[in-house]
Amino acid sequence: MADVKKIATRESYGNALAELGDKYDNLYVLDADLAAATKTGIFKKKFPDRHFDCGIAEANMMGVAAGLAATGKIPFASTFAMFAAGRAFEQVRNSIGYPHLNVKIGATHAGISVGEDGATHQCNEDIALMRTIPGMVIINPADDVEARAAVEAAVKYVGPVYMRFGRLAVPVFNDPATYKFELGKGIKLADGEDIAIIATGLMVNEAIEAEKELRANGINATVINIHTIKPIDEDIIVEAAKKTGLVLTVEEHSVIGGLGSAVADVLCTKCPTKLIKIGVNDEFGHSGPAAMLLKEFGLSAENIVKTATQAVKNK
Amino acid sequence: MDAKLKKQLEITACKVRLGIIEGVYNAKSGHPGGSLSIADTLTYLYFAKMNVYPDKPDEKDRDRFVLSKGHTAPALYSVLANRGFFSVEELKSLRHIGAMLQGHPCITIPGVDMSSGSLGQGISVACGMALSAKISNDTYKVYTILGDGEIQEGQVWEAAMFAAHYKLDNLVAVVDNNGLQIDGNIKDVMSPYPIVDKFRAFGWHVIEMDAHDFDSIEAAFNEAESICGQPVAIIQKSVKGKGVSFMENNVSWHGTAPNTEQYEQAKAELEAALKALEA
Repeated sequence: MADVKKIATRESYGNALAELGDKYDNLYVLDADLAAATKTGIFKKKFPDRHFDCGIAEANMMGVAAGLAATGKIPFASTFAMFAAGRAFEQVRNSIGYPHLNVKIGATHAGISVGEDGATHQCNEDIALMRTIPGMVIINPADDVEARAAVEAAVKYVGPVYMRFGRLAVPVFNDPATYKFELGKGIKLADGEDIAIIATGLMVNEAIEAEKELRANGINATVINIHTIKPIDEDIIVEAAKKTGLVLTVEEHSVIGGLGSAVADVLCTKCPTKLIKIGVNDEFGHSGPAAMLLKEFGLSAENIVKTATQAVKNK
Repeated sequence: MDAKLKKQLEITACKVRLGIIEGVYNAKSGHPGGSLSIADTLTYLYFAKMNVYPDKPDEKDRDRFVLSKGHTAPALYSVLANRGFFSVEELKSLRHIGAMLQGHPCITIPGVDMSSGSLGQGISVACGMALSAKISNDTYKVYTILGDGEIQEGQVWEAAMFAAHYKLDNLVAVVDNNGLQIDGNIKDVMSPYPIVDKFRAFGWHVIEMDAHDFDSIEAAFNEAESICGQPVAIIQKSVKGKGVSFMENNVSWHGTAPNTEQYEQAKAELEAALKALEA
């Protein structure tokens, strides 16, 4: 694994914006004094006249984004997930969601992998919050290739989009030559009959690694990457549930309201199936290196293997 | 101001007030006090100042208006109806189930440029619209009206910083200083004073205006237009409930609809005022 390239999806976000800036001249970027961290600084360097710093004032930034969108621009409002979905929740709901404006929210530093900054900045609630806003599209890309493609898909889609990016450099496992991003469509990465592992974001790579080990141990898992959490791909989830009769969701987010809940919503109405969730349980994180935190909170291939093996045994 | 135009605006403002009362009475809920206090300013904007197209409400070069104090939607709806964006009859369905006219402004209503109502948010959206015009060298202006209680919201001051920082001289924010908010006198609830000094300190050009005198209103907006390099705040001294005797300066009319008797009295007063103006 040593030769696998690692890139943080926030970096992909900044690079994608800089690339797309050439193609879409009505694309503008807003930031709240975090351009260096959200990586919109890459865009700013290339298009200084199309990048507007709003200062440390996220509520106003969301309103400004709404005003830009209402007058025909495509604004990307960027800040940490904690402030985009958390602090500015009501502005996103009322000034962006309700009028269904074409605002793209680039939320970086999502999840526990923020690391050393600790619980105040580790946003494990953003997917849950954004899911409740009618008409909000939520994308949680898994690697650099997917993140870049997601940003372009967000530009092409007309309406509000929440994109979730991470701080931590993560393996690039998708092949840019063959990868195709389809908004609202899950991607099947492995096809097995014993258990369906449905993962999103940084946990997709862990699921892939877990599947290999499970297979070596005689357990065949289906692995699905759900990059678009809303609208969710119901068909791929129902099909996997029917085939395996056992579903395990994995996300770097609270087990309350995130991917696991979204999958549960689909299953309980369309195909009642036993569901186990791996995610951040009902607790706050704390400081520490990202890799150690992910391991500690069970967000690892190792824990997926352990949980899946037990679940298959109890089937 | 030209005497003929002034008379015409006074007549229109009276009709706008009748529409407010009609809407709130039929809705059996809503906010008449703060609607009546901005009726003259809104009438001036939509009938004498702003470039709008009632038959093509989405025209790109139109001036934009955001009602940041969105609870006074009855005033905006009445002005839009009287200006021809939709029928005056529509006002009677305000807040009814299935009706177009929502309790707070909704972007899908012809002539409404932005959904609003959660206080403090409209001014930020107006900033975004003004920035957008600057970016594209568009000549349209952006107007917004805030309540004096509304400026207790922290977001208003985030927006105030933003507008001055980006030199949004195509933005005019009116603060409706009627002195009252739901819980009482703004001075007692949470004083936002001195309002003029605050906006000046935030880098705005500030103009004080009498909200019920069209000469003062015209002078204020003309001055606003002449300002370069700074956003403009117009602090308008107004009377909550203006035009209906028993509602004036009475905080209990912030968010209460008149009963039938009160409705008849309000209507009679406004109709008498209208008749006197038209005589």
